[in-house]
Amino acid sequence: MTTLVNSPKGDPAVREDTPGATRRPRRPGRIRRLGLPYLLLLPALLLEILVHLLPIAIGFVMAFKELTQNFLRDWSAAPWTGLGNFDVAVDFNEPVGKALLHSFWITCVFTLMSVGLCWLLGTAAAVFMQETFTGRGFLRTLFLVPYALPVYAAVITWAFMFQRDNGLVNHVLHDQLGLADGHPFWLIGDNSFFALLTVSVWKGWPFAFLIVMAGLQNIPKELYEAAAMDGAGIWQQIRRITLPSLRPVNQVLVLVLFLWTFNDFNTPFVLFGRAAPEAADLISVHIYQSSFATWNFGTGAAMSVLLLLFLLLVTGIYLVLTSRGRKASRG
Amino acid sequence: MASPTVPRGAPRSPMASPRSFIWSRRIFLTLLTGFVLLPVYVMISSSLKPLEDVSGKFRWMPSGLTIQPYFDIWKTVPLAKYFWNSLIVAGAATVCSVVIAVFAAYAVSRYQFRGKRVFTVTVLSTQMFPGILFLLPLFLIYVNIGQSTGIALFGSRGGLILTYLTFSLPFSIWMLIGYFESVPRDLDEAAMVDGCGPLKALFRVVVPAAIPGIVAVAVYAFMTAWGEVLFASVLTTDATRTLAVGLQNYSTQNDVYWNQIMAASLVVSIPVVAGFLLLQRYLVAGLTAGAVK
Repeated sequence: MTTLVNSPKGDPAVREDTPGATRRPRRPGRIRRLGLPYLLLLPALLLEILVHLLPIAIGFVMAFKELTQNFLRDWSAAPWTGLGNFDVAVDFNEPVGKALLHSFWITCVFTLMSVGLCWLLGTAAAVFMQETFTGRGFLRTLFLVPYALPVYAAVITWAFMFQRDNGLVNHVLHDQLGLADGHPFWLIGDNSFFALLTVSVWKGWPFAFLIVMAGLQNIPKELYEAAAMDGAGIWQQIRRITLPSLRPVNQVLVLVLFLWTFNDFNTPFVLFGRAAPEAADLISVHIYQSSFATWNFGTGAAMSVLLLLFLLLVTGIYLVLTSRGRKASRG
Repeated sequence: MASPTVPRGAPRSPMASPRSFIWSRRIFLTLLTGFVLLPVYVMISSSLKPLEDVSGKFRWMPSGLTIQPYFDIWKTVPLAKYFWNSLIVAGAATVCSVVIAVFAAYAVSRYQFRGKRVFTVTVLSTQMFPGILFLLPLFLIYVNIGQSTGIALFGSRGGLILTYLTFSLPFSIWMLIGYFESVPRDLDEAAMVDGCGPLKALFRVVVPAAIPGIVAVAVYAFMTAWGEVLFASVLTTDATRTLAVGLQNYSTQNDVYWNQIMAASLVVSIPVVAGFLLLQRYLVAGLTAGAVK
């Protein structure tokens, strides 16, 4: 590792007159050498502190304050309320708490379904496209289009398709297939949940596709060859080799999809505007709404803190469970 | 059992696939293509329709083609201004984010120092925090910095640039660490033997060798900034409004000009989609290098 023997021949940095010589690298001053990595990290660190860590710390403080619009100019002057904001947020007999619980429940169901479908479509597409066939490269590019499109442009298009009177969805369902009675609303009422789910899956599955595709490249070819020698058909190879080999990739992929979907704000916000219908009232929009509509930032902050604690808990449990499962299956 | 013709990424057995597999694949991929393309078709075709076609019942085929919406979009809302704002914000955020990520990733991949693990874990874990949690405090911080120092962060492009560049930073650092690790250490050590300082070694040797990763990170950072809605809706004013918020102004007009909305959506998508498709190879390779670790 320490010799220069491995360097490519044509590298201009390797001088002709140092063949395996013992010239040592220039030693910068001790302080400079120790300080340099920190110096390199400093910009990233400062920005992360300013935009992420400090606001989160302030968010925690805000959750314990009665922070209404009167105190916006000088938020530190707002009176402390102890757990007051949390009491309001989790009092499930009162409207605020009830609405929060409802939103939380909707978000859980939505996330489970969306992540499940994204994973399923992404994995199926990646596995089907593992072998070469005509048009494979073109399809792969095409499938990444939903991922590449800016969220708002894609979601506005879906909003147009879901319009009651001039949208594509009702035209196809009612006028062409005769599956629906009349023209139902898709962006208000109970149907809005399915509208949101459709858009979310359309937008999210290419990421799963991308990651699973990457994971497939790491499966050694010998495994398939051995299985083929043993007479395993292609379906059996997928079930016995491909899917189990994807486990480590899936562990990260599912977690990332879960966090993104659970925290998703852009999709419902663009699809429904500021006031999301009750059936599709995802938690991010709900908190946004209850903070900015009432200018009561204290309660909003308390809700955000509860959300973060929930996500931390789920992530922790998930990592423990999946890591244990992996060890068990290996040993 | 040599199979010299099987290219990378297609490691399955050289045995011919059975018909059941081929037919399942055909059906599945056809349906999926339809699902993916449906909104794209609606976007393109509706943008070329006269207003009657998009206000009445949906039509698969336009009754007549017109490119008028592409002229009208600039007048109905100040789209050019939004476009310009988005371009500046996303461009500046991308450049800053890439430079900062290169420095940080170099430190992590080449040096041993106290707090290295804490740094990477902290930076990555900010990715899981709900945006809504730090939106309100950040809003207050920006407002208060503005009042006490006169540096306008709230409502300015600068504040948005600062915010967006930190959004792409964690993932960029993570991806670049993977890339830099794959550049042999011997290369920069050799450069240092030759009298380069660590920074010179970084820019002369490591960065050129990791160009695909850097391009991938830049594409990712630009896409992130171009598409973000939540912070744009709170941290901008009329003068600094970006496309993410500005595009919604079409539907607050008295009549909803769906053909114009579709034309505008298409126009604002072109920079990112074109960039993505051109540089797709790099991004996919970069994601792969990071994701599989």
